Amino acid sequence: MKAKKPAKAVKAATTRGPRKIRVLVAKPGLDGHDRGAKVVAAALRDAGFEVIYTGLHQTCENIVNAALQEDVDAVCVSILSGAHMTILPEIHGLMKKKGMNDVLLCGGGIIPDDDAKELNGQGVGRLFGPGADTRDIIKYLNETIPKLRKR
Amino acid sequence: MTDAEFKRVLRDWETAAAKAAKEQRSRFPVTLVPGEKILYTHEDLKDFDPDRDLGVPGRYPFTRGPYENMYHGKLWTMRMFAGFGTARDTNQRFKYLLEHGQTGLSTAFDMPTLMGYDSDHARSKGEVGREGVAICTLQNMETLFGGIPLDQVSTSMTINCTASIALAMYLAVADEQKVPYSRLRGTMQNDMLKEYIAQKEWIFPPEPSMRVIVDMMEFCADHVPKFNTISISGYHIREAGSTSVQELAYTLKDGLTYVDYGIKRGIPVDKFAPRLSFFFNSHMNFFEEIAKFRAARRIWARHLKEHYGAKNPESWRLRFHTQTAGCSLSAQQPENNIVRTAIEALAAVLGGTQSLHTNSMDEALALPTEPAVKIALRTQQILAHECGLVDVIDPLAGSYFIEDLTNRMERECEAIFTSIDDMGGMVPAIERGYPQREIAKAASQFQRDLEEKRYIFVGVNDHVEKDEKPLPILKIDPRVERDQVAEVRKFKEKRDNGAAKRKLEAIVAAAKNNTNMMPPIIEAVKARATLGEICDVLRKEFGEWREPPIYW
Amino acid sequence: MDLGQGVLAGDPLAISRAITAAENGTPEGRRILEHIAPKIGNARRIGVTGPPGVGKSTAVDALTKVLRDRGERVGVIAVDPTSPFTGGALLGDRIRMNRMADDPGVFMRSMATRGAAGGLSRATQDAADLLDASGCQAVLIETVGVGQSEIEIARATDAVLVLLSPESGDGIQAMKSGLMEIADIIVINKADRPGSDKIEYEIRAAMELGLKSRRNTPILMTEAFRAKGIPELAGELDRFLGERRKDGRFAERRRENMKLRLRAIAEYMVHRELWGRDDAGERLAKAADSVLNRSMSSYAAAEKLVTEALK
Repeated sequence: MKAKKPAKAVKAATTRGPRKIRVLVAKPGLDGHDRGAKVVAAALRDAGFEVIYTGLHQTCENIVNAALQEDVDAVCVSILSGAHMTILPEIHGLMKKKGMNDVLLCGGGIIPDDDAKELNGQGVGRLFGPGADTRDIIKYLNETIPKLRKR
Repeated sequence: MTDAEFKRVLRDWETAAAKAAKEQRSRFPVTLVPGEKILYTHEDLKDFDPDRDLGVPGRYPFTRGPYENMYHGKLWTMRMFAGFGTARDTNQRFKYLLEHGQTGLSTAFDMPTLMGYDSDHARSKGEVGREGVAICTLQNMETLFGGIPLDQVSTSMTINCTASIALAMYLAVADEQKVPYSRLRGTMQNDMLKEYIAQKEWIFPPEPSMRVIVDMMEFCADHVPKFNTISISGYHIREAGSTSVQELAYTLKDGLTYVDYGIKRGIPVDKFAPRLSFFFNSHMNFFEEIAKFRAARRIWARHLKEHYGAKNPESWRLRFHTQTAGCSLSAQQPENNIVRTAIEALAAVLGGTQSLHTNSMDEALALPTEPAVKIALRTQQILAHECGLVDVIDPLAGSYFIEDLTNRMERECEAIFTSIDDMGGMVPAIERGYPQREIAKAASQFQRDLEEKRYIFVGVNDHVEKDEKPLPILKIDPRVERDQVAEVRKFKEKRDNGAAKRKLEAIVAAAKNNTNMMPPIIEAVKARATLGEICDVLRKEFGEWREPPIYW
Repeated sequence: MDLGQGVLAGDPLAISRAITAAENGTPEGRRILEHIAPKIGNARRIGVTGPPGVGKSTAVDALTKVLRDRGERVGVIAVDPTSPFTGGALLGDRIRMNRMADDPGVFMRSMATRGAAGGLSRATQDAADLLDASGCQAVLIETVGVGQSEIEIARATDAVLVLLSPESGDGIQAMKSGLMEIADIIVINKADRPGSDKIEYEIRAAMELGLKSRRNTPILMTEAFRAKGIPELAGELDRFLGERRKDGRFAERRRENMKLRLRAIAEYMVHRELWGRDDAGERLAKAADSVLNRSMSSYAAAEKLVTEALK
């Protein structure tokens, strides 16, 4: 694994206190496939993000409450069970209800294109399917979050 | 030719080969290969002892196969995993597959069933009938096997933390069909250790889970002798991202751990070990997979005979089911998956598998459609009949490369066994997150290899096609959930709640008294307690597991 | 929304955003901390540390439940290291504790060390202040007990629980790493496992040989997963703090802690003034040149930088 020079990153972290991007990676429902969630969480960490991983079997309430307390910039949900048309809208609704309007909701897993389009139409962010490159996910978050977040 | 002369021949070849080498190959991310070695010779097998290391098929150490005549005696079972929607839907798919030549039934359950929730539970919302069939009541199980005589099929059930309840329901149906338990054939997956490691379907912590498993082992040894009580699985470990050696080592170590617990319970090893079976993945690195299967048999035989002192050769004999690797399939250009599956199936057959599931091309996206699953079944039939594969047993034996690779896999596996033993065994290792962490690291490494194109995945990171037309995929009708929830509710209304409650209490009593829990579970199921209700009383008794916070 | 007011009202969204503002060192963060300053001090601050794998998260989860059952509001801060190579962090403590997420009486926040030398970022204490001011009666701060962070945690809290388990290796190892010196209560978790007696014995033996002040440190046995021994732990904490409130040691510790904290904040401020501005690199380069071309001594150049920064 390639490593950035430590000194530079540490300095950047402490002297200017830059804003770190904080992301919640969540596994809702009963689906136990966490390979993708863990790989993405590690990749985001390696890209300098602070990643809060909720672990498995979370309810939508759990996830949104955690996202609120952690003041994350994005909630990335991993769903491979086919239950995305129930779960994503529920999470989205809860986020809106709690006033988290500038927090990005996105995700990945096994989500057919037509379902993804419908979810995008409802305001859910990009959904990454099998074979996605983590660099694309990182790029997407780096580009989208500053636009959403005005603070 | 003397040794020295041969060495000269080899050096000469090496120089010539290096000169011509130009292209940077795609390297499969495995642990063993590093080695720029591209040629294996008799030099690599200098310490090879065919009597000690190879033997003959059906004899210790079983490297060449668990049975004397292998596919000449009986072709591998073509067992295609199925299950979705309602019990009625799956029953139809079962009958379709049996008509088309499938020889064993393999059942997939939905997430709520696998996690111990009834279809009408809040946590089941959106998940009923999606990844498999919803079975929460005895009525569901009766419908699932309606019109299928249980003494004429071999049934495999892919279920783990709720396996005891599924088995109880299956036995209750056998009673209704008047089929004696002694004639039932099949397998319960029932391997909780790999759940904590990889598949992550759990309710209780490891110790109580082991207790329930040993209860089942004990009960079946006495009453359902033809049922394989545990299908010790590596498939999911591999799917979670492990390397082939990790799959081999963690799976076998899990198996040895079940042996430890069985012996601790006081069951003689030769009574339960013959009914332990295995379930491996077959991935794309063709030769490594074949070596893995052969090494598995030899390692298991050695440990059972030499370490545990088992006397029955059936205890030494490792039998396994294989599924081709789901994680090797691409969502892009899915027709390519037909080819991948065929290659993986070939490796499994050359590795001597006893039963085989071939994935359908659309399985990276959804549960398979009927046409796709038919091609997957035909793949097995073509392998069985058209290519002379079954004419000779273990045809690759004696290959310098294969035997050396088999040896190296065995060595690496033993090294991993030692690290786990140093932690106190597999259960402590799981509690501190060791295999989980290793797998997460391997998965991350694979992702990096993919993104940096050290590994070429055709259609995904190379030979990519823009604007692919999506394949039609199986969509689960939302009526499934509605119908199932309604049925469960009606079931609960129509029963004697008092009787069900009393039987549930009897299960808790058995749990507390350390008596075998299978009989009270069977009684409870017959008294029409549901799967969710049984799990709820046990949740209170045993507690609920959450993953250790590991970092990788 | 006025975040300062929101924090004092206990609004979770306000608390959450206030912690972020404080962590990022923004002027708004400073304003909020000013606003809440008069309301800090009610919460007991408890540090929970120990080697990886002993069950800290499980214990914090169980202890939180006990406190909740008493009707207390609890804040939990879980600290994990920032990767020195990438600047990122994987914060996974919620895995064992996320069931708390639905309880409005608990607020949990995961924080990365962000390169802080001592293992606890400056912002961790700011977050504890915010939780305190929002109405929490107890704030639990969980850190991994390796390296330097043990000292930090002692200086940021009213009491430190050090967790060990029979599998966390040699009790003596724990001693060597400095954990014993800062433990106010030692907790042997997973006490149902073989070896728990052995490790208790080793610790007591080592305490005999160690600091006099630490010889009477209570050792408790728990099985956090089944919440066994946790109510007793809560009781022992109450006793510990109660005693020290009476004899003045509680206040004394808070004063010592505050002195250290002020030093850290002051140094952070100076550091920021010196090196945090956009032209810092430029000024430093110019100063270096002026020394190298002999127009002034290195001390004079440094002094110039300092006076300019602190103007």
